[in-house]
Amino acid sequence: METYTVIVLLLAATIRVATPLLLAALAGMFSERAGIIDLGLEGKMLGAAFAAASVSAVSGSAWLGLGVGVLTAIALSLLLGFACVTHRGNQVVAAVAVNIVVGGLGPTLALAWFSLGGQTPQLDAAGQRFTALIWPWALSAREVPLPGLLYAELLSGHNLVVYLAAVLVPAAAWVLYRTRFGLRLRAVGENPQAVDTAGISVTALRYQAMIISGGLCGVAGTYLSIAASSGFVRDMTAGKGYLALAALIFGKWRPYPTLGACLLFAFTDALAVRLQGVPLPIVGVIPVQFILALPYVLTVLLLAGFVGRAIAPRAIGVPYTKER
Amino acid sequence: MSAIKQLPRWADIFLLPLVGLAAALLLSAGIIALLGESPWQAVKLMIDGALGSQEGIGYSLFYATNFIFTGLAVAVAFHAGLFNIGGEGQAYIGGLGTGLVCLWFSHWPFWVVLPLAVLASAGFGAAWAFLPGLLQAKRGSHIVITTIMFNFIASALMTYLLVNVLVKPGQQSPETREFAQGLWMPFAHEMLGRFGINFTATPLNLAFVLALGAAIFVWIFIWHTRWGYALRVVGQSPAAAVYAGMSPSRITVMAMLLSGALAGGLGLNELMGSQHRILIDFPGGAGFVGIAVALMGRNHPFGILLAAGLFGALYQGGSQLTFDMPRINRDMVVVIQGLVILSCGALENMFRVPLTALLGRPVRAEKEKL
Amino acid sequence: MTADAPLKPPALELRGIDKRFGSVHANRAISFAVAAGSVHGLIGENGAGKSTLMNIVYGFHRPDAGVILVNGREVEIHSPQDAISAGIGMVHQHFMLVENFTVLENVLLGVEGGPLLARGLARARMELQKIGRDYGLEVPLDALVGTLPVGLQQRVEILKALHRGAGILILDEPTAVLTPQETDQFFRMLGRLRDQGRTVLLVTHKLREIMAITDRVTVMRQGAVVAEVVTASTSPRELAEKMVGRAVLLQVKKGELRAGPALLSVRNLSVRDSAGALRVKHMSFEVRAGEIVAIAGVAGNGQSELLEVLAGMGVSTSGEIFMGGFDLVATAADPRRRRELGLAHVPEDRLRVGVVPGFSAQANLILGYQDRAAFNRGGLMNDGAILADCERKMAAYDVRPPLPGLRLSAFSGGNQQKLVIAREVDCEPQVLLVGQPTRGVDIGAIEFIHHRLVALRDAGKAILLISVELDEILGLADRILVMAGGEITGELSRAEATEEKIGLLMAGVRGEGRA
Repeated sequence: METYTVIVLLLAATIRVATPLLLAALAGMFSERAGIIDLGLEGKMLGAAFAAASVSAVSGSAWLGLGVGVLTAIALSLLLGFACVTHRGNQVVAAVAVNIVVGGLGPTLALAWFSLGGQTPQLDAAGQRFTALIWPWALSAREVPLPGLLYAELLSGHNLVVYLAAVLVPAAAWVLYRTRFGLRLRAVGENPQAVDTAGISVTALRYQAMIISGGLCGVAGTYLSIAASSGFVRDMTAGKGYLALAALIFGKWRPYPTLGACLLFAFTDALAVRLQGVPLPIVGVIPVQFILALPYVLTVLLLAGFVGRAIAPRAIGVPYTKER
Repeated sequence: MSAIKQLPRWADIFLLPLVGLAAALLLSAGIIALLGESPWQAVKLMIDGALGSQEGIGYSLFYATNFIFTGLAVAVAFHAGLFNIGGEGQAYIGGLGTGLVCLWFSHWPFWVVLPLAVLASAGFGAAWAFLPGLLQAKRGSHIVITTIMFNFIASALMTYLLVNVLVKPGQQSPETREFAQGLWMPFAHEMLGRFGINFTATPLNLAFVLALGAAIFVWIFIWHTRWGYALRVVGQSPAAAVYAGMSPSRITVMAMLLSGALAGGLGLNELMGSQHRILIDFPGGAGFVGIAVALMGRNHPFGILLAAGLFGALYQGGSQLTFDMPRINRDMVVVIQGLVILSCGALENMFRVPLTALLGRPVRAEKEKL
Repeated sequence: MTADAPLKPPALELRGIDKRFGSVHANRAISFAVAAGSVHGLIGENGAGKSTLMNIVYGFHRPDAGVILVNGREVEIHSPQDAISAGIGMVHQHFMLVENFTVLENVLLGVEGGPLLARGLARARMELQKIGRDYGLEVPLDALVGTLPVGLQQRVEILKALHRGAGILILDEPTAVLTPQETDQFFRMLGRLRDQGRTVLLVTHKLREIMAITDRVTVMRQGAVVAEVVTASTSPRELAEKMVGRAVLLQVKKGELRAGPALLSVRNLSVRDSAGALRVKHMSFEVRAGEIVAIAGVAGNGQSELLEVLAGMGVSTSGEIFMGGFDLVATAADPRRRRELGLAHVPEDRLRVGVVPGFSAQANLILGYQDRAAFNRGGLMNDGAILADCERKMAAYDVRPPLPGLRLSAFSGGNQQKLVIAREVDCEPQVLLVGQPTRGVDIGAIEFIHHRLVALRDAGKAILLISVELDEILGLADRILVMAGGEITGELSRAEATEEKIGLLMAGVRGEGRA
């Protein structure tokens, strides 16, 4: 294969890996900007992945799967809100709990409903999955060397959710920086008392943020089970929620830098797959695990202030109490 | 707000976790009923599986041993005001230490290797907790996030080591060779047998005694030494700690070292006691169970022993369920565990408020708060 | 407008506001009225119930009884939103600003005027420029609030209230963070607000401000209104008497001053805070054996920083601190070493710094002394000795209830402070640093604590007292240093000190230069 073909295919793989990361990171952006540490991204995604695959398997409709997946993740997000906002519980504990519950409940329900050892059935029928959308002339364009390949592999050939994620970045930026809701959301994560004294309900804002976070996680989870693969398997998020959180931190809680971080992390993943066992000049074979661990190492370095400085929303993690 | 009340101590320590546990179990029963099985039957099967036979008890205590180590790890960090959710990674790396000692000193006598293995497991576990602790203390890096990141880094590192370095030559699965049989932890049935007591063969081993020792050590350290005192002051009020001449950053690092060392103990039980080799993902989520155990046990060693026993029984009873109820698998135990964390931890206030209204005693209001 | 002024209903009227927190009666049937277009003062000591009352008016607390009238109409205020729509604006003592927002964004928060920001921002910008011109309240609208000095941040708070159309402006201790010059500027601005028909309620415990700017003043003491007077017809002395109440003027019996050698010497000490501002400027003074030296001053003039640095909790930028012959900066940098040398410290902020509220009384009595041989046996803590020590101190210092195992937060403020005093005085220190020893403490305990401090002085130890309570300073001190803006503005012996003289020095007016 020619070098540029390899690179284009690598980039196409990057986009596919980045999509769920990006959706989850944007989800986390809303909850964390509102002042809630969202370790629950993992569980919300996993819950949505299971629900979407189950519903799609039973109903045969990917769209219905998406809907139920989103609703499931929103419900989990509201549960987190109930614990952290209403009852001022510890946000980390609540998220860990939800992640563990979902991690066990998915396979348990899958076994009870489908008797396939904790998986959902393979989604093969038409309409059960979101499949790649081939743009006009993409197949023939592939023959044209570089521009054609770029068109065919990078622009065309992804499923609907990928394009949705791409649109969501400017949308999220617009909501965050250009709307009343965004202004209040950013304020409540920095100084909830200022929001409260301005006559705005801190509780309502945080719940709204959790609903948005749930919705986006729902799309991310749905992508995993009925777009990127064909069914739910145990622990299929495999830490993507935490990786998304790392990307969010790496992107300093801003939409476009977060997009960049997701692409970077996804690229390392795609690269690791491609470099598996391939000797490179000078360094020889790089162990895949080192490349896979790179995002986590980078995030630690960032948190330590060695590569830039990530300043979290000031009120994050602190339940709001009115009492003064 | 009109009357400031406080929950009596006994209710805070015993009643609140029990109410939380009851709520979690009720919810779990509901889920089991939803799956089309009888919750009552399930409870009976689980109790029978966990406690109804020597085998059940042995396995329950074997699992509990892991949870004692990881539960103590969470608790020690918690007393210093730190949320260490990196127990999983620390246990993983700690086990590496145990394993390396066992692999390197194959021909040495057990009683010489044992202290080395204990030191190595604690040392490796502590080392893995050191950086997150140091970064929290010196750079203010959020310890929750860094310990999560270190879990993943540990996982990648161990996969690399097992696949590329430590793997037994000519073998497909990423595992080391088996430890020399002389270095296996003595099993409980062997030790009891020496005293003429018959006990079914189970993986329960000497590490259980080490775990009990660790619990006693933590109890003495936290409540009966000046270092433990300093650790608790830092956890409750860093400003007061500075006032008292303590260094919050040094104590933060110390607490994380101790926490990681305790988590590292898991390898003594799981590897030296049962698997007898290093293999992929041997902690199997015990680091996270430690959170539930610490929350249930109110971060007190004796509470942790009880909670670890409960979770050990839950694990063993859960596997019994899988045999007898085809519609339920071991994942149900994970669900119950998560629900316990939810109700004993995150939703504690939901139960605390009504309980306080019911049992609370008024406390003198502090004037300066008005 | 002036002609029909008497016919206008009061801008704000409170009738019978009553509020209890547990056993504390914070507000007792409070009634008073604020005339429209006036500057009205509400004065009282710390803890008199002013803040609670203002929190009720702004909807943070619900009163147990009573009604609030705005412009003659009864209003229900359940939340800040209700207060805002009733035309009440409040500037809190601790600013309610989002630091990484611009001034404009801060002002817009809550009154965005539509789901999209662009139009609201443009409109607010125009309006703020106009308000800025009208009242002399210019602020750089696109600057991040966190980068502005406190004086400007306060302006932002006022702009916020005015932008929301507040006809009634409540200012809670607004000058606590201002320099004297800023304060004068601030008062001129209040005057302009009044002239344009707005009503201002100024909550403070500073007499000077009341006299300088208000038309009428309401005095609160122990949760109740004790007087309401026209400012022009009263004097600071009269107000002070009403505010404090004769009974509280404390007289402490002291022995003759027999000052010995200097035990604590501070030379040319300067302290910078984390933001880089110089909080203590080239201070030099000494405290001799057998005397109590008090530092008087408005809160926030560097006293807290001075105390922390002397105790070893903070780092000095330059200068020397000697105790006996020991150079503390060089040889005993941290609080533990200084304690070993005999320097004890009763911190200003008891609950946050001086104790661990969740620990038992017994565990709190070893805080700072946990490494002492008396409390340790081998590697373990000597629980028996700790318990015995606690029981002895509880008896000696009359701590009630005398239960060593009781959680500290369950004790009253006075008994908590007695425990701290017991811990810091009973170890017979050479030098005792005391910050606000009677803040949040009931009268009985105040007397007890004062006696203990005097006893320590009479035993030949050196005491440095920092207090914002002038009575306390006049009652205890042998010598008084007055601090303003991080500097000593004057030194008075007890004999020559009067409230007026101290007040002048506190305001930054230099004394006859004995410092």
